[in-house]
Formats: sequence, structure tokens, C-alpha cells
Amino acid sequence: MRAKSLFLATAVASALALAAAPGARAEGIKVGMITTLSGGGASLGVDVRDGFMLAVKMSGRDDIEVVIEDDQRKPDIAVQLADKMIQSDRVDLLTGIIWSNLALAVVPAAVAQGKFYLSPNAGPSQLAGAGCDPLHFNVAWQNDDLPAAAGTYLAAEGFDNTLLLAPNYPAGHDMVNGFKRTFTGGINGEIFTKLGQKDYAAEIAQIRASGADSVFFFLPGGMGISFLKQYADSGVDIPLFGPAFSFDQGILQAVGDAALGVRNTSQWNKDIDNPANKAFVEAFQAEYGRLPSLYASQGYDTANLMISAMEKADVSDTDAFRAALEEADFDSVRGKFSFAPNHFPVQDIYVREVIKEGDVFTNRIVGVAATDFVNAYVDQCKM
Amino acid sequence: MGVRRETMVNTLLLAGLLAVPLWALWADEPFTITLATRVAILALAGVGLNLALGTGGLVSFGHAVFFGIGGYAMGILAFHAQNYTPLIESLSIPGTKSMPVIWAVAVIASALVALAIGALSLRTSGVYFIMITLAFGQMFYYFTISWPAYGGEDGMSIYLRNSFPGVNTLVPFNFFAISFAALLAVLVLVGRLMRAPFGLALSAARQNEARLRAVGIDPYRLRLTAFTLSGAITGLAGALYADLNRFVSPSMFSWQTSGEIMIFVILGGVGRLFGPVAGAALFILLEHFLGGISEYWHIFLGVLLLGVVLFARGGLIGLLAGREVAHD
Amino acid sequence: MSLILVIEQVLNGLQSGVMLFLMAAGLTLIFGVMGLINLAHGSLYMIGAFAAAAVAGATGSFLLGLAAALAASAAAGALIEASVLRRLYGRDHLDQVLATFALILIFSEGTRWLFGSFPLYLDIPDWLSGPVLLPGGIHYPLYRLAIIGVGLLVAFGLFALISRTRIGIRIRAGEADREMIGALGVNISVLYTLVFALGAALAGLAGALIGAIQSVQVGMGEPVMILAFVVIVIGGIGSIRGALVGALLVGLTDTLGRIFLPMLFGLFMEPTAATTTGSALASMSIYILMAAVLLVKPTGLYGSAG
Repeated sequence: MRAKSLFLATAVASALALAAAPGARAEGIKVGMITTLSGGGASLGVDVRDGFMLAVKMSGRDDIEVVIEDDQRKPDIAVQLADKMIQSDRVDLLTGIIWSNLALAVVPAAVAQGKFYLSPNAGPSQLAGAGCDPLHFNVAWQNDDLPAAAGTYLAAEGFDNTLLLAPNYPAGHDMVNGFKRTFTGGINGEIFTKLGQKDYAAEIAQIRASGADSVFFFLPGGMGISFLKQYADSGVDIPLFGPAFSFDQGILQAVGDAALGVRNTSQWNKDIDNPANKAFVEAFQAEYGRLPSLYASQGYDTANLMISAMEKADVSDTDAFRAALEEADFDSVRGKFSFAPNHFPVQDIYVREVIKEGDVFTNRIVGVAATDFVNAYVDQCKM
Repeated sequence: MGVRRETMVNTLLLAGLLAVPLWALWADEPFTITLATRVAILALAGVGLNLALGTGGLVSFGHAVFFGIGGYAMGILAFHAQNYTPLIESLSIPGTKSMPVIWAVAVIASALVALAIGALSLRTSGVYFIMITLAFGQMFYYFTISWPAYGGEDGMSIYLRNSFPGVNTLVPFNFFAISFAALLAVLVLVGRLMRAPFGLALSAARQNEARLRAVGIDPYRLRLTAFTLSGAITGLAGALYADLNRFVSPSMFSWQTSGEIMIFVILGGVGRLFGPVAGAALFILLEHFLGGISEYWHIFLGVLLLGVVLFARGGLIGLLAGREVAHD
Repeated sequence: MSLILVIEQVLNGLQSGVMLFLMAAGLTLIFGVMGLINLAHGSLYMIGAFAAAAVAGATGSFLLGLAAALAASAAAGALIEASVLRRLYGRDHLDQVLATFALILIFSEGTRWLFGSFPLYLDIPDWLSGPVLLPGGIHYPLYRLAIIGVGLLVAFGLFALISRTRIGIRIRAGEADREMIGALGVNISVLYTLVFALGAALAGLAGALIGAIQSVQVGMGEPVMILAFVVIVIGGIGSIRGALVGALLVGLTDTLGRIFLPMLFGLFMEPTAATTTGSALASMSIYILMAAVLLVKPTGLYGSAG
């Protein structure tokens, strides 16, 4: 509820600003946020929105107007919302999409119409490689980044017989391929499950019988919760590793003890020691009464990147604004942050471990998996 | 009287659907044109389902299959055309960006699939028919998700809308006009069909199968023909819908899509020629306005649907045109 | 491929089948007695899981959570029966599909409104957690064994209820001839509400039991609901025995297909393509099974009439 009032306040403030000075819009920016606010994936969209709006609020600016719409996690709805925001709301910049398939549906058309797109989450390889675009910036990661860092880490730890588990859909294959790209040890086997599957008894039995020395898995959302609970109960003690998505703040409480001690790779955690991150974690808790998640941190960084560019250039001057974005001159909660030539982040990727602080399950950083990690598609991008 | 009033309501509906985008064109509100285009296309999908469901009494819970096939016909043909790769390697048949060709392929492909699914499903009836059509829908859904060649769950983006001879389809109003014309043409066709011996026999098959057999008509073949036609029309709508979004994905095949097409038919009025037009218009209006009021707008949609099913069985058209049901 | 693995997978198939039976039994009972297709059955499953998670979270007792699940889902079932569904018994299936589809929308978004967008926590109680060693050296989770036990117990109880008790006789009479039972002086509307609440409670029980090993979140009911429909259609709608056979068939086909189809394709394809193709086919396997059964027996294995 508080999030909503925050949004309203900003919207009202900017509406007033508009009414007072009709010609003065050149200074401000109008943002269209398309994200998932209803249905099963809503928790991710809510976090991105809250992180983004928090940064807008903390900036103290009243010239940022944000139009927020719910895509219901449906690609066709997302496309229509993008049309509406571009044609009817006449936004300058779009952001907010959580899922790769929705981003692939929206982003190419939006940038073709001259709108900026700042991605707070989805980073499909198509948009990083041949389909990269001067107006598209990703503030989170390329889909392969976190698994690739995990591959480096597992190889360095000396694992040599790893079993891979992911849902049978493009992002699942991307994750497995990302891991295999950097992992130099032996692969025990690959298991692909049905998207949305919730019972993993059969797969766990296979893992038990496999003789693998480690399991790397990518199962986002409810799939990951189910798998971790069942895995912990099965008594199989082969260590698990994965990208941060199954160990995010939003779902850890639902997994409970089953996730304790599992190591995962992430570009952010709440204990990264820098002033920007401290301010973010405190403000987020004060504003919303919960710990921020990875997605919230990405939403927050996205807004701050945009604000940093606004301070240098006007959004109507496309080339200057793009150049300002490329400088990434903002205090990222991750610490170091810059853009690779394809507008995807160059950043450190950490190894985290799930711990319990009091009653709350959360992560702490136990190591660095990769320093100044650059995604694998940079060379395919011609722009 | 009911019939004449219904004709009036229908005329008003069509006039409204045409007037709104014309106004939007004047007021420079291109998104309203997009919404009207959506209404026209979804109504077309509903008209297809209504032929099976309303006239034929065949409650298909799997019409998303045909909608999706139409969409993927567009997606696959345009994908090969925009990447300059042959559609079939050995025969070097190229893809195409021409709407009429895409429509023809979409209609033929979905008709063939409807013929196959219908031939199998129509051996059952009642709940079994509902569920077997749902099962075929799920098969196609999971197949497209895990089939990597055309994007899997990511779907496929087509960067430019396909072309139509002599018309610039990139202008929103022009594409609306194309969709509206397709809807009109199909409405005329289905309207004639329903008054022709075929439609009367189909209606009779729903009401009294034994009598139909007595005059020597095989209800199975009759229904199969209706189901195939119905699938072909929904397939055409799928191709247009894909062109509207310039995007196709497996969600076109999902059971929720089947449910939504069904909702258009029921909201508007089952078995009434213009029912789906009214239903789709109402649905889009609700989605647009309720969605703006509350994140939880599905609750209101649910309550409204429930109200229509329980208290307004003739749907919106029934409410406006009186209870005499024109098609019985 | 060891024999132990095969046996373990068969157990897994049984467990998933037994859970499906809890869902399917309610659906098929409601259809058999009242002639109603209830798409919102998955919502009752979700209500059971949420009630269990909320109560177990507040009291720390899994058993209290289970009791809450039974009570909440039965109450929700009785409520929708008395307020909405009762009006639909005489209607055609289309109206029923639509009305219950509307109920799904209301229940799903209503639950999200009450509990928020984040998944809830529900875990296996300590006394049921961890694996046990079965004869032959199979490590198998105790909780899954308990699920199989509960499911078989419920199946047995249902058969006894229907064949041995007065309520069962009335239920069977209601299936055979609705007017007759009214003439016998049985208060039919109370009977209908009872049957519906019973079916709802079974769904709620399944939701709570499964909620402990899966994620408790909005939308969890729909995939299960579709599977339960597949089960009762295969078994023959209205038949409890059909629901049991159908549930076990679907559970085994799905579980074994997931494991063995990729292996089968691995015999003649390269590994990555084989796992992809095999898993794709496995995700369609139960629907193919259902279509095949209906083509041979258009009213399901134990069904009498459509």
C-alpha cells in the first residue's frame, strides 16, 4: 500500500508541475514501466517497482513522471502496453520488464520507435549479441552471466563431475550453456524438466543414483522452492549450486531451512560494503518494512542510472542522453559498475551462502566468483 | 420483434466499432485505434468459436490451438522472409511478408489441424469433448514451449508488420481497416451459412440428433465440417493478432487463451452472430478501465462473468435485444 | 540403470498418483452426483495449502495446519455451492465451465489480495522429515511414504462410505435418479452441499499435504486441476474406481516418462538433443495417453455415459 501512495505522490507532483508550466516539459522525463504485478510472478515485479520508485523518491526530483502498468506476465499484453505508452502516454523511456520472453516481444519494437529501454532484469542473449541496440541498456545482467560465474567458481573449487538441471525452455538452455562455457570440469549429465513442474521426486532419485560430486541447477520461482524443499528432505547430500534467482530474498522465507548453506552466484547482496548500498538497504527497509531483494536492487540501480543521465543531458537529445547513460556515472549499490560496448554491465560477481539472521533467511558473501565480468556476446554486437 | 431489435443492436455495434477508431484518428489517439483493432480481431476469433459452440453445441475448450496455429503461420513465414532463409531447405521455398499469402496458409493449416482434432474428438461428446479438446490444446502448448527452432517459450518477434498490396499496414488505422474488413467478410459468410441448409441442419443436430438421422443426414460429418470451418476462422484471427503484436509465443496456445475466447462468446451471447463482437468489445473495455483502477481487477471480471452466466444468459446482446433467441 | 532406481521411480509415480486421486475423487464425485464440472476445484486445493501454511506458521503445528486446511476448504466449498453453483446444476456444461472459471479469477486474486504476492512457507514436520531405508537398500523420504499411506486410506474410506453407509446409498441413489431421491424424503440440497464440502475437503487436504513439499503460492491450483480432469476423463467421469485407476496411470506415466523417455531417445540421438526431445515428449505424454484412451473408449475406462 505504501508503494502505491509513493507512486501517487510522485505522479501527482509531476502532474502539478506539468499543469503549472505547460512548456517546461523539456527538463523532465516520462517513464513507462511495464512489469508483472499480478499472478504468480508478481513478487519480482513488485520488487523492481519498489526499488525504482524508492530511488526516484530519494532523488527528490519532481520532474520524473512514472506510468506503471501490469503485464500479467503475458507477452501480448506487454506489447499492447508498450504501444499504449508510446502512442498514448508518449513516454520517453521504457523499463520494468522481468521476463526474457516479454523483453524480446517489447524491446526491439520500442527502440525502433526511438524510445530508450533500460532493463532492470531480463537480459536475453538475442539483445546482447546481434540484436543489440544503441537505445537499449541492461542494468542487471546478461542471462548467462551468473551461471557462467558459477562455472568458473565450481571449476576453481575442484568439482569434476557436475550434474546440470534446468527447465526445458530457452532460458533454461541459456543457463546450462552459460555454465558449460566456463566450467572446465567433467559433466555428469543434463536433466531438463517441464516448465512449471513442482514435483522433483523423479529427478532427485536420478541425482541420487548419478554419482555426481555437485549439482548446478536453475529453477526460478516456485519451481526452485519446491525443488529445494524436496531435495533437503530426500537426504541426498551432493552439494547444490545455482544462480541467485532461487535464493532471492523474496522466496528464501518460503524455502526455509532447506536452503541453508547453499552457495549461489549474484552480482549484489545486502552486505556489499559501500555507502550507496547501506543507504539503499536502510531506506528500503524503512519505506517498505522488508529486506530488499536482488530485483529491488536492480530496480533501484536502473532509476539511479537514469537520474544520473538526466543530470547531464536532456532526454529529448537522444545522442547526448545515450552518451550520458553509457558513462554510468552513478553510485551503484554493487560498487563498481560500467557498461560493456553492447550496453550490458561489466561487474563483479560474488559467491553467496544462505544463512539465517535471527528469524530471517538471507545471504552473505563468501567469495568472489569473477572480477569485472564481461558477458559472452560483446563481440557479436555491431553498433 | 426480437429479431428486428437484434439487427438494430448489431448495426449499432458495428457502427460503434468503426466510429471509435475514426474519432481516434481525428483526435490523434493511436492507441485507441490499436484497442479497436484488438476488438475486431478477438471478435473474429470468437465468431469462429461461436460457429462450433453456439450453432453446433460443440463446447471446445481448445480453440487456442487454431488461434496459435494461425499466429505461428504468420510467425514462421515472416521469420524466414526477414532472415532470407528458405522455409523448406530442400525445396528452397521462401518465406513471405505478404498478408494474403500468410492468411491463406493460416486458414489452410488451421483447417487441416481442426479436421484432424475434430475427427478424433467428435467421437466423444459432452464433458469428454470439452476435456479432449483441452488436452489437444495442452499438447500444442507444451510442444511449442520446448520446440527450439522457432524460439520456444521466447516466441518470435517480427520487426515490421507484414504487407498488404496497396496499403501501408504500418499506419494503425489502415491495419484496423484490414482487420475490420476481415471481420465483416466473415460475419457475412457465417450469417449466410447459418441461414443455409447447412446451418439449419447443424442447429438441428444440436437440438435433436435423432430427427436429423431420420432424414438421412450424418451428424458426425456435419459437425466435423462445422468444427473445421470454425477452426479455420479462428486461425485467420490468430494470424491477424500476431500481426497486430508483431509477435507470436506459446501463450497463444495456452488454456487461458481458449478460456478467454470462450468468454467473448458468452459475454456477448452464445449462438448470436454478433455476440462475439459485443463480448470482445466489453472485455477490452473492462481490461482497459478496470486494469487502470486496481491491480486486482480480475476479481471484478470474475464477479461480472459470474453475473452474466447466472442472471443474463443471453449475454450482452440478449440484454439489449430482448430474450427471444434469434437462432432457435 | 539399476533396479533400485526403477523401484524408486515407481514409488514416486504412485505417490503423485495418490495425490491426484485426492483431487480427482472430489471432482468425479461432484460430477457424478450433481452433474457439475467444477474448474474451481484447483482453487480449493490452493485454499487448503494457504490455510495450512497460515495456521502452521502461527501455531507451529503441522497437524493443526492440516485441520485448518480441511475446515477452510470444506467451508469455502460449502459456501460456493450454496451461493453460486447450486444454480448451475440444471444448466449445460458451458455455463458451468464459465461460472467456475470466473470463480478461479475471484479466488486467485482474492488470495493474492489477502496474502500478498510472495510465496508462503510450509514445511514437513520434524517427525516426518528425512529419508528412511526400505528393504533392498532404497532411501525414500518418509513424508512421501506417509502421503501414499494417507491417500490409500482416503481411497479405502471413500469406497467404504459409498458402498456401506446410508449417506453413500443416498449418494448412489442421487447419481441414478435425482427425482427418486427427492421423493424418498431426503433433503437433497443438504446432501448436495455435504457432497460438495467433502470433495472440497479432499482437495484442501491434497493442497496442504503437497504444500509442505512444494511452493505455496497463488496459481498453484490450476496445473493440478487440469491434471485431475485428465485423470477423471481417463477413468470415466463419475466413477471413483475410475478416478483411482486413472490417477495411478497418470502418475506413473508422467513420472516414468520424464525419466525414461530422454534415456530412450539417448539410444539413437546425441545427448542434448535426446534430453530436449525426450522431455518435450514427456511433457505431452499424459495428454497423449488421454487422447488415446478416449479414442478407444469414448467415455473413459469405467465411464457409463457421456
